[in-house]
Order: sequence, then structure tokens, then C-alpha cells
Amino acid sequence: MTRYVRRFSRTERVLHWVNALGFFTLLGSGLVLYLPSLSVLVGRRPLVKDVHFWSGIGWVSLLVLVALAGDRRGLLRTAGELERFDRDDARWLTGRRAPQGRFNAGQKLNAVLTAAFTLLFFVSGLLLWLGERDTRFRFASTVILHDGLMYAALVLLVGHLYLAVIHPATRHALRGITVGTVSEDWARRHHGKWTQD
Amino acid sequence: MSDTPVPTSRPGHGARVGRGVFLATTLGGLSSLWWGRAVWSRVSSSIGPLESYIPLIPSGGWRIYTISGSLPGFDPATWRLELGGAVEHPVSLDYRQLLALPKASQVSTFHCVTGWTVHNVAWGGVRIRDVLAQVTPHPSAHALRFVSAEEPYVDYLTLKEALLPDVMLAYEMDGKPLSRAHGAPVRLVIPDMYGYKNVKWLKGIELVPREELGYWEQLGYDQDAWVGRSNGYT
Repeated sequence: MTRYVRRFSRTERVLHWVNALGFFTLLGSGLVLYLPSLSVLVGRRPLVKDVHFWSGIGWVSLLVLVALAGDRRGLLRTAGELERFDRDDARWLTGRRAPQGRFNAGQKLNAVLTAAFTLLFFVSGLLLWLGERDTRFRFASTVILHDGLMYAALVLLVGHLYLAVIHPATRHALRGITVGTVSEDWARRHHGKWTQD
Repeated sequence: MSDTPVPTSRPGHGARVGRGVFLATTLGGLSSLWWGRAVWSRVSSSIGPLESYIPLIPSGGWRIYTISGSLPGFDPATWRLELGGAVEHPVSLDYRQLLALPKASQVSTFHCVTGWTVHNVAWGGVRIRDVLAQVTPHPSAHALRFVSAEEPYVDYLTLKEALLPDVMLAYEMDGKPLSRAHGAPVRLVIPDMYGYKNVKWLKGIELVPREELGYWEQLGYDQDAWVGRSNGYT
């Protein structure tokens, strides 16, 4: 019989899926605003702009709300795990085999960059909205930053989706972020240092 | 929210590299508000020839800004450009008559006030001078009101601005008839001013005594939209 170990708390899972939902809503509405072919196809630019803006506000507000209402102490512990890189992580990142903790070095890097991108998306998006209303908030490069973030975030997303949904060795992780538990056997193989503790 | 505790990895191992990466990415990103444009224009000119093969890059750097629910359509059989206001003889031009006016061509750069730029756009169309010759403005007329089929979009130029040598009513872009997305069949082009002055989907031009506030200007944009020295840019 397969034995399972708990990898993600409910707070972590809710945060992940709120973030995913927000990201895809913003990506979809954002591409309609950004790509001429989609802009022409869909039309209704003022409506799409509103959807995009309020999704952004809702996205960040929900993330903050879930973090505050959920297991804050647990999240802080997780943040501590995510930001620490040891020698094994350095080895792992340079393509060598090395035992990994609850998060491997790639997952840590993905989480750290995603957090920074979220903040930058929010700030640049707010500046775009404010700049349309008041020239004091207008920078020549806000739109470049916002668009550039989209490309950078897409690169991360494609890698993340490939590993979480397609790659046979790693896609078991999807179970963890959905129901919370992963098989002990899989955890031992992929996150040896975590299961030892 | 009650939550099942999760066994975490042993704490205290390794350096807090993540904090540094987070801060560096955030600060790098924010500082790009000042250097982003210069770098992007270099990147986009070097990948220029590839752009049309990458579906996630707006073709040629254009974005299509509209203010209403749908883009105005164009039917050559029924379309008219109404020239009126303070003039001797108001005229209603159809598409064929517009194309029959003396044709001008130019290559100019298009700047949007939101920060994107399209270099070297080839425009074909007619100069304002040749359009005004059709109607003979009254001496009291000192400005032009450009009316878009996309309601309620309008904008104004002074007569002096409209007669700058590189201002035109463009019905061709990059060698092809102006597409619907870019304002078919004819739009205003004034390269020295930001895009919001370059009214798309023109359906009428009126001679008026003085300039008033256009669509975006009523929402706070500068009436004189000179590129690089208006709307908060210096």
C-alpha cells in the first residue's frame, strides 16, 4: 500500500491556486490588450481594460488576504526554506546530482522570482493605470517593464507547467499542490533531505 | 483557518540567497523604469526581422488602442469624409475622390504616449493643404476638428500645426491600404505629436475658430502633444 506524506498545507495550496487563477486571468486579458490580432478580434477594449485592472487588484488582495487569514507561521517557515540555498543546491543548479529538501533549488528559484515578478507586475500595472490619469505617475518605460515581465513570467510558467504536468518523473508533484500529500516513496527519491528529517 | 502542520526541511541550513535574488530582481525591475526603453529599442531592432515569426510579439511593435466596443467598419461604397464647418463650400468626399487628390508619401516614426514607438512607418496619403483647397476655409477658421467614426473620439490641431510639412491624412501604411485596426480607410498622421492626436477612422474634418480639448485631453492629457516635451516627459 502506498504511504503518503504531507507536503503542502491548506494555506499554501490555496495561495498557489489563487495565484494561478489570477495569473491566467491577467495573462488572457493582458494579451487581448497587447496583441493587435487579439485586440481586433475581441474589441471591447474599455471592458477588457477594466477586467484586467480589477483582476490585478483582486489577485494581489486575495493573496494578501489568504496569507493573513491562513497559517502565517507556517508560511514564514516555508519562506525561510525557500530563501535558503546550501551547497547541495549549488551542486543541483549546476546540473549535478545532490539530495534536496522539501523544495529543490529550481523550485526555490522559481518561487523567489515569481514573488519578485508579482510585486513588479503590481507596481508597474498600478503606474500604468495612474499614469493614464495623472502625468506625475508616467514613466516612459512602465509599459516596457510590464510587457517584459510578461515574457519573463511566461518562460518560468512554461518550465513550471512542463515539470508539473508533463515530465513523468516530476508530475507527481501536482498531487501535492492539489490534495496536499505525495507518496513517501516519491518524496524519498526527489526530496531525500526532507524525508530524512 | 485551521491548518495541518507540514513537516518542513531542517531550518538554518544554507545562506539566505533567495532574499538577495528577490531584492536584486525587484530593484533591477524598478530601475528599468528609467533604462527599459533604451534597452528594449536595441533588442527590438536586433530581433526586428524575426518579429513576424513570433506570435507573442505585437506585429511591428503596434498596439491597437480603442475607446469603444468595436472597431468602426469601412464600406467603400457608402463611406464619406465630410469637410465642413467654417468653409466656403462644404464637400463630402467618397473614397475614390479621396484617392484622386494629389498623393504624398513619407516615412516617419510613430510615438505612443504610453511609451512604445514604431520606427520608419511608410505612410501614403494627402496633405492637409490639398484637402483644404477643396473647401476654402473662412478667415475666421484657425483650427481643425478631426472627427472619428469611433464615437465620441475627436481631436483638434491648429491650422499651423496641421500645415506642418509631415502632417497628412494617411490611407496607406507600409505600401498597403490602411487596415481596419489602424483606422481604415483614413487616419490623421502628425509624427511630432503622440498617437492620441493621430485620429483614426476619420469621418469628418471641420474648420473651427479655435482648438478645443480632444477626447484624451478632456481626461487630462496635454492639448499640445509634442513628442518628448509634453504629458510629463521632458
